[in-house]
This record gives sequence, C-alpha cells and structure tokens, in this order.
Amino acid sequence: MLIFEHAQAGRRAHAQAPQAAAPADDLPADALRRIAPPLPEVSELDVVRHYTGLSRKNFSIDTQFYPLGSCTMKYNPRACNSLAMLPQFLARHPLADADSGQGFLACLHELQEMLKEVTGMAAVSMAPMAGAHGEFAGVAMIRAYHDARGDGARREIIVPDAAHGTNPATATMCGYTVREIPTDRDGNVDLAALAAAVGPHTAGLMLTNPSTLGVFEPGIVEIQRIVHAAGGLTYYDGANLNAILGRVRPGDMGFDVIHMNLHKTFSTPHGGGGPGAGPVGVSERLRPYLPIPYVLEERGAFRWAEEADCPDSIGRMSAFGGNMGVLLRAWVYARMLGGAGMRRVADFATLNANYLAAELARAGFELAYPRRRASHEFIVTLKKLKEQTGVSAMDFAKRLLDYGFHAPTTYFPLLVPECLLIEPTETESRQTLDAFVRAMVAVRREAESQPERVKTAPHKLPVRRLDDVKAARELDLAWKPA
Amino acid sequence: MPFIPHTQADIDAMLASIGAPSLDALFDEIPAELMCAGLPGLPDGLSEMAVTRLAQERAGRDGHYTCFVGAGAYEHHIPAAVWQIVTRGEFYSAYTPYQAEASQGTLQLLYEFQSMMVGLTGLDIANASLYDGATALAEAVLMAVRADKAGRRRVLVPASVHPRYVAVARATVRHQGIELVSVPWCPQHGHTRVETLDALAASGAAALVVPQPNFFGVLEPVDALVDWAHAQGMLAIAVVNPLALALLRPPGEWGGRGADICVGDGQPLGVPLSSGGPYFGFMTARQALARQMPGRIVGRTVDFDGRPGYALTLQAREQHIRRSKATSNICTNQGLLVTAATIHMALLGPQGLKDVALASHANTRALGERLAAIDGVQRVFAAPFFHELVLRLSAPVDDVLRALRAQGILGGYALARDYPGLADCLLVCATETRSEQDIDTYAQQLARILSRRREAPPCAYKS
Repeated sequence: MLIFEHAQAGRRAHAQAPQAAAPADDLPADALRRIAPPLPEVSELDVVRHYTGLSRKNFSIDTQFYPLGSCTMKYNPRACNSLAMLPQFLARHPLADADSGQGFLACLHELQEMLKEVTGMAAVSMAPMAGAHGEFAGVAMIRAYHDARGDGARREIIVPDAAHGTNPATATMCGYTVREIPTDRDGNVDLAALAAAVGPHTAGLMLTNPSTLGVFEPGIVEIQRIVHAAGGLTYYDGANLNAILGRVRPGDMGFDVIHMNLHKTFSTPHGGGGPGAGPVGVSERLRPYLPIPYVLEERGAFRWAEEADCPDSIGRMSAFGGNMGVLLRAWVYARMLGGAGMRRVADFATLNANYLAAELARAGFELAYPRRRASHEFIVTLKKLKEQTGVSAMDFAKRLLDYGFHAPTTYFPLLVPECLLIEPTETESRQTLDAFVRAMVAVRREAESQPERVKTAPHKLPVRRLDDVKAARELDLAWKPA
Repeated sequence: MPFIPHTQADIDAMLASIGAPSLDALFDEIPAELMCAGLPGLPDGLSEMAVTRLAQERAGRDGHYTCFVGAGAYEHHIPAAVWQIVTRGEFYSAYTPYQAEASQGTLQLLYEFQSMMVGLTGLDIANASLYDGATALAEAVLMAVRADKAGRRRVLVPASVHPRYVAVARATVRHQGIELVSVPWCPQHGHTRVETLDALAASGAAALVVPQPNFFGVLEPVDALVDWAHAQGMLAIAVVNPLALALLRPPGEWGGRGADICVGDGQPLGVPLSSGGPYFGFMTARQALARQMPGRIVGRTVDFDGRPGYALTLQAREQHIRRSKATSNICTNQGLLVTAATIHMALLGPQGLKDVALASHANTRALGERLAAIDGVQRVFAAPFFHELVLRLSAPVDDVLRALRAQGILGGYALARDYPGLADCLLVCATETRSEQDIDTYAQQLARILSRRREAPPCAYKS
C-alpha cells in the first residue's frame, strides 16, 4: 500500500503544524497555487508505521550479510552517525563564517590530512559528493593540466574494458573520447595493447587497482611508465581502496590523481543510494586545479579555500562545499581506527576474501582467476552450471536472497560470463562466511536437482521476481490521484 | 581490533584454509618496492568514548546562533520522527536497490518521493535525486542541450539565479563546449524582464533558466518568461524552492505550456543545515524528456504473481549499461536525504507544508517591516517576495554582521561577494523557526549597531 492510499481527507499530523500565519495577501493572486499539491493526508502514527514497515522490506548490512562486490558493504559504526548528528553540527549554516565553525573545520582538516597520508598524495579536496563526482573532478583536473600547457591535442582517455561504467561516462562528461583496452588472460591490463594505444592524443588512463576482477595489477609500474612517457596522466579509481589501505598507496604507485569513496573505504553508510563522498587527491603538479572548497589552516585557524585562493581551480562542485555530514562520519571512523586500524582493514578484508574464495573453490565453485591471489574481492563464474542446468547467475543470486544473504554483484565485470563478484569485507566473521558457503552449496544443489525452483526465485521475499520489461515499456513513475 | 571480529583461532584456521603462512603473504602479488610499512603519519586509534569526548568538545566550540541567513539553505523544523526512521539500519545501511526484490522498502519509498515531487512541481516524471540543487541545474542544462534538435549549445541564465548554482553549472558544462549566457535583472524589481531577453533572442540558446523565487527572494514573472522561451523554440528550466511550491503556482502551470524541466535543492524538506550537506537535488520533467533524464528512476511494475512491486527502470540511460553514451556519470546519489524528505512531506501533508511556507513568508514580511523602519535600512526591490529580502544598509555590511554575531545573531548573507553592484546589501530570511522575539531582538540590535555607528563613525583616515 502506498502512503497516498492511507490518506483521509482532512487528516493531518497536527503536532507538526507551525503557528497559524497571516495569509499571503501581499502576493499577487496569480502567483499562488490554485489546487493543493497531492501530498498524503495522514497522521503521524500512519507515517511512522508505514515507513517503519517499508524499512523492513529492505536487506541491509545491519540485517544481512551483503557481499556485493565492488561496493564494500562493511559495518557502518553507529558512533559515526550519532557524533555527526550532534546538534551543533546539524544546526550550522553553510554560509556562517569560519569563526563560528572552528570545531567543525578542525575535524574536516584532520580528515583531509589523514586522507593525504593514507593515499600518499600531495593534496586533497573533499568537495566531490560521490565516487563519480570525484571522477569528474579528477578528469577535469587532467584536462585543466593539459589545457594550461597548451596541449590541446590530448583528447582521449584510456579505460580498461573491466572498468566501472562511470569511468567512460565521466570521460565523456569532460569532453573526452574513450578508448577501451583489453584485459589479458590473467586479468591484467594488456600491456602491449596499452603501449599501442598511447600517443600524443592521450590525455590519461583511468585505472582501478586492485581491478574490478579482484586482482592487483602486478605491472602497475610499467603501466605508469607507458602512460607518462606518452605525456598522459594516470587516474586512480579508488573503488577498491579498501583492499590496500596501509599496505600500498596510490601516490607511491605513481598516480597523478585519485578519488576515494568514503562510503566504501571509510564506512559511511550507503543509505539506499547515497549520500556518498568522493574526495580527490592529487600529485604536486595538479594541486593548482583542485576543486573548491577545501580546508586551509593558517596559524592554527581554519577556513575554506575559495575562488580567490585558487584561481586555477576547476571550480565549485556544489553550492555549499560538499557532503559535510558524510565527511564527519568518515572523520569519526578514521579517528577510531587510527593508522594501525586502517592497515587492519586491508589485512582482514583480504583475509576474508581469500578464505571465502578458498572455501568456495573447495566446495566445487569455479573461480574466474584461480591462479591469482584475491584482493578484497573475487569472481566466481557459473558458466558451467548455466550450461548444465539453465540456471543463470541472476537466478542463483535471487535464490541466495531466499537464504537470507544479499546477492553478490552479478554480470559485472562483463568480461566474465555468469559471474558473481563477491566482496565479504573485513567486518564479517569466519562463521558468517562459512554460513554463506553453505548457502551457496545448497543453491547449487537445488540448481542441479530442481532448477525451476531457482529460476523462479525468490520465493520468500515481499515480492517475487519483478517484470523489468513491463517497468520500462509501460512507464509508471508516479502515483496520480484518482 | 575495532570492527574486526576475528579471534586468533579464526585467523589461524583461515590462513590454513588459504594455504598462506601469514597475513603478509596475502599481498605477495604487489611489487615489494611499492609496499609501505604502515601509516606512521596517522594518529593512534581512539575508543568510542574518547572520540565522543573529542567530537562533543569541538561541536560545543561552534556554539549556537539565531539564524537569519538563507541564500539557498534554510532552517526549518524537522519532525523527530523523520531522522529516527531514516537512521533505521534497514534504510541507513542498504545499498542502491539493484536487487529489487530485496529492496522493496527503498524502492517504494523512492516511487512515493517521485510522486510527491511530480505533484509539487506539476510535471510528469521525477528522478530519485541528484547531488544538490546546483548540480541538478548543471544536469538540467546538459539535458536541455541534449534534447535540442538544432544542436544549440547555449543556455540563458538570469543573474538572479543562485550564483553558486551558476558557478557549479558553468564548471560542469564548459567541458562539453556549452556556454551559459548571463541575463541581467531589473534594478528596480530585482527580477528578469522579457524586454531584456528580447535582445538575446538571436543568441542561439537551447533553453532559458527561470528561478522561482530567485536568489533575492523575489518572485519572477514566470508566465511571461516561460512563454518567451517557448516562442523562441527554447526549453524552460525552472529552478525552485520546493517548500515555496506548497504556496506558489507549480512550474508545470507556468505560461501557456508550463516549464519543461524543474530542478532545485530538497534541503528545506527535512534536511538539517549541517554546514552545507548532505542535501539533495531533485529533477522533474515532461514525459517526452524521460529518456534524457540523468540518475536513478524507479518504476512501478508487477511480479510473477501479478502483485505490484517497484524496480529501477530506464537503466539503458545509465553509466553501468551505456558507459560512454550515458546521460550522466551519476551513480551514487543522495538516497538517504530523499528518504528524509519523503517522510517529512508525508508528516506535513499538503496543509502542513503550506503552513510552513506561509509562516516563513509572514515572518520574513514582519522582519522586513521591522528592519526597514530602522534609520539606515532600506528595502531594495519593490517586488513580491517569498521568504527572503534584500536590504541596503548605511554602514558596511561586514562590520554590521560581525557586530550582530557578537550578539549571537547570524544577520544575513552579504551580497558583495557575488554582486559588486549590491556591495552595501544584505539578504535576510526568517523561516517559521524564528519567533517574534527573535525578530524583535534582531531589530533592536541592528538599530543599536547602526545608531552607534552614526554617533561614533570609525575613523576612515589615519594621518
């Protein structure tokens, strides 16, 4: 039932009404709304019960194991939320001057400095509001760098075929064309193809490392050499930073510009689709182009760097500087972990992924890259199962939901047929991983003995499988009053 | 080990299963020369108690002010139920709803949100959010240019649109060779005039942006502006405060045909000020533009058994399918803020939202009357306004704001930063959260500050 269907004409949540105000008789009549907007007329209890009920139709980290590859669904510590929501933090107006926000800015400056240290970059701006937004800032900085040198012939961004879709989409938004390069049999960037692709037209390369295939690029030094020798810059997509925190830093790998996903690596919540935060880090030569604002410290006082401070900046990313509440959550997390805790993140994310891969392989599942060390995630391919039983990776994923596990990422990366990209994260216990292995085995057994059961899954969720085709063909995007 | 559950027995058993001698061995594919020896530059970890003490001490340092600043971010009462429900783990810690069957809560809520925004703006379709109002404007500009069959790559933007929105839009669209052409406002009324636009008719623009209310709080002649745009074969992009639409005529009803795209910032709908974010941007549009829309869109459909259900739809527009041909690179958006806004709008309902809009308007009207009665304060624009006003002061604005702040009052936004022609002007706002006493106190303090400056003006020259 929709909230609108609970409505009764004239009902309202009376406690939420402000004191009666004078009519707006100073406004011209034709400026005013003639018919009230079709918002629901419901009581406060109606609202609380309806949305509490809806929440219970969601899988979430707090309720289920959520091994969604490339998404780093780790526990979101509750203290990060409660401290970011301290009343003074919530009440502060974004245009209040820096004097009235020294405590807040001190937290943000600390986070900014910690992110520099963790990534090995020369400078950081936390202005971008999501990973893709950080990518945009990063590629815009690459463009600003080439433009400032009068190097306008560099029109192409190179992207491996295993990359997230945001990489090519971002390159297009920045006015670049995209060239995809293939991945070799072991899951690495094809170095010969890269060498053949670069030239005076190359603006840069965007790379995720460890890659979306769940393996570290052992040729990273050579990749850097090839791109830099051709005059291009290198971009590090931080989607998988969780795998290497405190072990190896993007700056030390030679990247010119990076973004981080604080809603992955720094455990801020995904919120059913955001908000995230996508800070960018740069090497010294890209520092002038950083997006604004970022936090400046001057003799122990903090303020935002604005247009006048950085005339070569690629500009503002948002009206008010970014997703501050997300940054505060990341600050709390970073302070609780400290340097040793961050390194443990990578250690145990990697331990969990390799253990789960080993146990699944032992249980008869086929790993896409069995000869490789898994990073924080790995790929199982169900190609043979599909051939034998007709059960696809999608069917398999839907049946896992019935067993109380969120499905791994399916059909990404596209290179591996019938793939499940599995990322357990460091916050899951061995016992949870073992339970997941048992569920995987049980679903496979069902696929072999009663494939229809799996192909028509899920069976135990609030709805059965949804008709996506109908959703797209017969668009129904909004409830309309009868 | 904070947030890591492993016992030593677990670690030993797991390494044995893997066949690795140590945790270090798990990183053996990384070139040794790149490895770092930890992160010595970072502080040691803190317990939850210690970090709580630190955060409380810092938050306390920032104090509390009575806020008369708006300028795109507004203090409104947020019902307690909103964030108590939003922070339920099932909403808070869920991912983007790719697995629809395991995400019906979020998906249905997004469908309800889209429905509310469609109703509020009077257009046909809505997406599930963008980052903020400014990036929503940038996306609307890109969308209008994509939809323009003549391939025009200019968009007319009144200077009365929020200057930060324009800055963000410009920084976003310039990489695709799109130019934003500024349209000056009428100095007397503070809004955009069709006569001014006529000079730009031949500028080759694909769209006109129409703010309501505009950055100065002034109501624009939206009917004339939208009709003008359509007469030139341009699209009309509305930029609105969603709260104002509980009171004001919705963009879908502007002019003869209504605006084509509507964007804005959803912060006034249940999102705390929080130093600037996270807020959320929204976008609604005519049905014909559905396939040009950026971002997530939720559709209602049915399951195997014919029961209604909800799923992400029109995904062929998006980066994970279309890659370099996508309508935008946006992926993660502002879902949790949309959750707040949906619950907020449901709690307030049509009458409650209108009451908040009316109370904010009435308070700003009262504030304007009180302040304009002070010697040395003048209203600048003779035009209807929603809940913000521009005032001209006889003393330097920054000095006055500093003196007010010393009294615990954030007195408004100094327009000098963005408008050199309004260097002696202040933008003020009083939402429903300001009491009569707050307004009294502000008026008394401002009168005192201005009169003291008249009696003892600061020395202008030192010889």
